[in-house]
Amino acid sequence: MNQFALEITDLKKIYDSGVVALKGINLTVKEGDFFALLGPNGAGKSSTIGIIASLVTKSSGKVKIYNIDTDENFPDAKRLLGVVSQEINFNNFEKVIDIVTTQAGFYGIPLKEALYKTELILKRLGLWDKRNEQARTLSGGFKRRLMIAKALIHEPKLLILDEPTAGVDIELRREMWDFLKEINANGTTIILTTHYLEEAEQLCKNIAIIDHGELIENTTMKNLLSRLDVQGFLLDMDKSLESPPAITNFKIALEDPMTLNVEIKKDQSINHLFDQLTQLGIKVLSMRNKSNRLEEMFIEMVNKN
Amino acid sequence: MSKNNEIFVSLTTLIRKEIKRYLRIWVQTLVPPAVTMSLYFVIFGSLIGPRIGTMDGLDYIQFMIPGLIMMSVITNSYANVVSSFYSVKFQKSIEELLISPMPNWAILTGFVMGGVSRGILIGCIVFCVSLFFYPTFDIANPALTILVLILTSILFSLMGFINAIFADSFDDISIIPTFVLTPLIYLGGVFYSINILPDIWRSISMANPMLYVVNTFREGMLGVSDVSIPFALSMIVLFIIILASACLFLLHRGTGTRQ
Repeated sequence: MNQFALEITDLKKIYDSGVVALKGINLTVKEGDFFALLGPNGAGKSSTIGIIASLVTKSSGKVKIYNIDTDENFPDAKRLLGVVSQEINFNNFEKVIDIVTTQAGFYGIPLKEALYKTELILKRLGLWDKRNEQARTLSGGFKRRLMIAKALIHEPKLLILDEPTAGVDIELRREMWDFLKEINANGTTIILTTHYLEEAEQLCKNIAIIDHGELIENTTMKNLLSRLDVQGFLLDMDKSLESPPAITNFKIALEDPMTLNVEIKKDQSINHLFDQLTQLGIKVLSMRNKSNRLEEMFIEMVNKN
Repeated sequence: MSKNNEIFVSLTTLIRKEIKRYLRIWVQTLVPPAVTMSLYFVIFGSLIGPRIGTMDGLDYIQFMIPGLIMMSVITNSYANVVSSFYSVKFQKSIEELLISPMPNWAILTGFVMGGVSRGILIGCIVFCVSLFFYPTFDIANPALTILVLILTSILFSLMGFINAIFADSFDDISIIPTFVLTPLIYLGGVFYSINILPDIWRSISMANPMLYVVNTFREGMLGVSDVSIPFALSMIVLFIIILASACLFLLHRGTGTRQ
């Protein structure tokens, strides 16, 4: 697995309105990777994905999918690519089964084979019972599943998901995570953009952060998280306090009378905090992260930029 | 599977999708022309027609039939492509096509074939309706009739495609049919021969492209025409080539389809 699934070189996009969406980004994604592409709204994520999928015309730069230059042979590159767009992009008045078989047909899969593949993917995604329903009658979560079924019908080697779990409930989101992990384990390279940073942390091995059209970070998830200097924790206590307890070496505040907000640096021992709380007679009932670790890192980096 | 086979499958998929689309809403797409044309035949053919007498030596209703068929073919092939292609843009389901490896010419052909099939189907329906009002109809030149039917529906499907590419709202897809196509068709010899017009109006009429389409079709069906058939056919083919090239150029540039 030394091949790159995606290579982007000096990619630039300036829209007709004059908005500079991409300022020359360079990015590689290895075959088999589960890659997170993160960034605030308007950072350039969707422009990047749009260019890879040929929905947006690039101003300059190179895109290669499995070493196929999209300028030289886009049709062959497209055969290897599946895209789950951010917005629903199927005809809501068509039946679920027709939407997927038609998409298969657009990739040159004959009808008989398309029907067989459609049955497999709809069953795998829990949509088979709804195959004869018009897409407009599906709930938001099922519409998202249908988008994924459509993107996978031609068995792409590279799957790009642009916020696939937006507006999806927790249970369904976790089901989708399991499904994505499974297809990644079976060899499909996945690039994911999401606003749920917990999702990126759970799923992705490598990560790039894009902001104002520039790549401000491109590293492994482990490496990125190891750079987090301070983590915030909330401690639930068994009694209420009027003021924060006198604890040395830790920045501490009251979130509410029953909850302590503590910042712990990377080199500090959490045992030291508990020892001091025990000496003051404060019993900690439970402890949780103030926010997702990646979220803290992300906000810090974007603010710096 | 070879790439040519893949393209063939993708093209037939798109054509099947387009045909299924207008058949699914047949009450909106197939019935109205049949009803409208029946009214034309009743009012202008059976009621007013006998008072008019003959036109170019033919019964008025007989003279009118090719024009009404052509009018239905033009408006329906145009409407099919403009509404279908604009709808896929509006719903963003055009992404399904753009993301796929389908070449631009196959996308264009798929939509145009959808328009052609609807145009021809409507032409057949209107012809069948006309037989209720004029049962003894003999087609003078079936080959020319079919050729013009196909070429005309291709031509106006291409026009519909270009309209849809530039359309930004549903209003934009009705402006051309309402303010350009319909007046040109009505003034293009559907209901009268330009021989009955004063010289000045006859000369002005000769600049109307619909006149050539309607009259070439009338030549095929009835063997009478106000224009030169080889010239008219050449112009139709020339315009098909120009419009198809323009469509492919616009698709390649991504005008109206890609950001």
